[in-house]
Amino acid sequence: MVTLENISKTYNEGALTAVDKVSFEVKKGELFGLIGPDGAGKTSIFRMLTTVLLPDGGNASVNGLDVVTGYKEIRKQVGYMPGKFSLYQDLTVEENLNFFATLFNTTVKENYDLIKEIYVQIEPFKTRKAGKLSGGMKQKLALCCALIHRPTVLFLDEPTTGVDTVSRKEFWDMLKRLKVQGITILVSTPYMDEATLCERIALIQSGKIMSIDTPAAIIKAYPEPLFAVKSEKMSVLLQDLRKQESVKSCFAFGEYHHLTFQENSPEVQPSLRKNLEKLGHAAIELKEITPTIEDCFIQLMNH
Amino acid sequence: MKQFFTFVRKEFYHVFRDRKTLLMLFGLPIAQILLFGFALTNEIKDSKIVVVDYANDPASREITQKLAASDQFELQSSLMSHREIEAAFRKGVVNLAVVFPANFNSDLLAQNSAQIQVIADASDPNKANTLTNYVNNILRDYQQERVNETQLPYQIQPEIRMLYNPELKGATNFVPGVMALVLVLICVLMTSISIVREKENGTMEVLLVSPFNPFLVIISKAVPYFVLSLFNLTVILLMSIFFMGLPFEGSLLLFYAESSLLIIAALSLGLLISNSTDSQQTAMLIALMGMMIPTMLFTGFMFPIENMPMPLRIISNVVPSKWYYIIVKSIMIKGLGFSAIWKETLILVGMTAFFLFVSFKKFKIRLA
Repeated sequence: MVTLENISKTYNEGALTAVDKVSFEVKKGELFGLIGPDGAGKTSIFRMLTTVLLPDGGNASVNGLDVVTGYKEIRKQVGYMPGKFSLYQDLTVEENLNFFATLFNTTVKENYDLIKEIYVQIEPFKTRKAGKLSGGMKQKLALCCALIHRPTVLFLDEPTTGVDTVSRKEFWDMLKRLKVQGITILVSTPYMDEATLCERIALIQSGKIMSIDTPAAIIKAYPEPLFAVKSEKMSVLLQDLRKQESVKSCFAFGEYHHLTFQENSPEVQPSLRKNLEKLGHAAIELKEITPTIEDCFIQLMNH
Repeated sequence: MKQFFTFVRKEFYHVFRDRKTLLMLFGLPIAQILLFGFALTNEIKDSKIVVVDYANDPASREITQKLAASDQFELQSSLMSHREIEAAFRKGVVNLAVVFPANFNSDLLAQNSAQIQVIADASDPNKANTLTNYVNNILRDYQQERVNETQLPYQIQPEIRMLYNPELKGATNFVPGVMALVLVLICVLMTSISIVREKENGTMEVLLVSPFNPFLVIISKAVPYFVLSLFNLTVILLMSIFFMGLPFEGSLLLFYAESSLLIIAALSLGLLISNSTDSQQTAMLIALMGMMIPTMLFTGFMFPIENMPMPLRIISNVVPSKWYYIIVKSIMIKGLGFSAIWKETLILVGMTAFFLFVSFKKFKIRLA
């Protein structure tokens, strides 16, 4: 259970606002995602919640404990995995795990069932120095170390940054299994495609929360029909589309360009197609699509 | 308690697994002691001299022999003329020349007075002074012998005793200095770097978000370096006793107790540095610049503090190693007990308490 009320954080004596009056709530046993690009304020929020950074304004609590006054208790109850790999590179996998277990007054044996599924994957390398592990392995070890004391709330700051696609997917599967154990998980990521893996998400940009809801509800709240366009010459197509009077917004999105119209009357689609053909585009594909979280993010950002 | 021991063991792993740290920790003290013990010495031994003997009589030959026999001089050759002396100086092969005029012995016998010319290379004034003093002493000895033969009605014979260090060994002076230097450098450098490394690697963040008391983090970081410093101290002590023939007159227990005090002072200084910086490089630079130079200058083993101008003498009082140096010299060389060094000890205790207080006060339980 995590609550934030108008939490603010500024740096350089107030010159830079990193977190601007952010409020949200994470329910017990929830898998909550904080989605936003680099520099949006995700790490600052995590650090304030894990009591290593003092907020400049507002209140926040974890498990009902205030992050400023109850920091000692919070530090006992939560698990924290910072964005940067922060284990001892010169200690082996086993030594790292044992060290963190002892640090939290517990043993690896005692909570082995919790980390077992993750740990078996890195166990073959238990005598290897942590610095010599691959990115995905490092993340798994860090997760084991953050979990070893059976925390009630788990804070994962960009756990999948710099990890390959396969390991990323595995990582999210592991989080889902942890959720079953009743652990509240707060995770941040700059990857929009990971948003749908969370139960609820908060979209954050420049220190401000733009929207908080389930991924499905956020997609549903997309205000207008969204179309995907494709032709043979994509870069020229983008410029041409932006010149069209009927087009409201248009941006490149993978192999398609996503666009919205000023007015959504039945004739806008055929007329756009005609205009594009006139401009010399061939093999035009135009279809209505369901927005992704990234579409929602861009739409909210431009608003 | 188990947490604490695990933490200390982890610190030892860090030390023993990093070749650079190991080298610094054990190579530095040994290098320092060898450097100061054998290479950088202000004793003058085997200076090369030449003798130009125009007299070549019993007196001149006897003096030449005495010069050649002394430890300080090494007789290069006997030259025939003044011109050769200058050539020898120019080449830099000799430091001193002694010239006996013709009829040296007969002058001495007939007129009760004779002259000897002593020419020294004064490009290094201290060395030239020392060398001419040596020659003077040898001449005085020779005169003494002759006077004894003739029996004057009265004479004053100085009876000189060099206390604590009869052989005038330089090692007695700088071994305690090197001890102070090594302890201060190693402790300040190692603690500050090891704490800042945790910050740099991001592990400090994880340590903070744990039930482990942040102050214990610091103490458990200091423990390995405390132990290793005592080990280093023992190595230096053994080396200076067995290789350099230094005496150890006083109480070993007192010596280790006082050394522990300096180590704690240095460790808390290292902690203070680590509080005010976030990068290992800065920490290293502050530790080296801020510790090495004052320790070298103001401890008194390289430059006598009494000779310094007033402001520098005042500054020297805030350098902990100065007091430690006095203490160690008193214990090791003079064999004095606690009653002789309680004042210095008190000053050191005060400094340690101050550093500890400030560094604990400044220690951050959060990131910023």
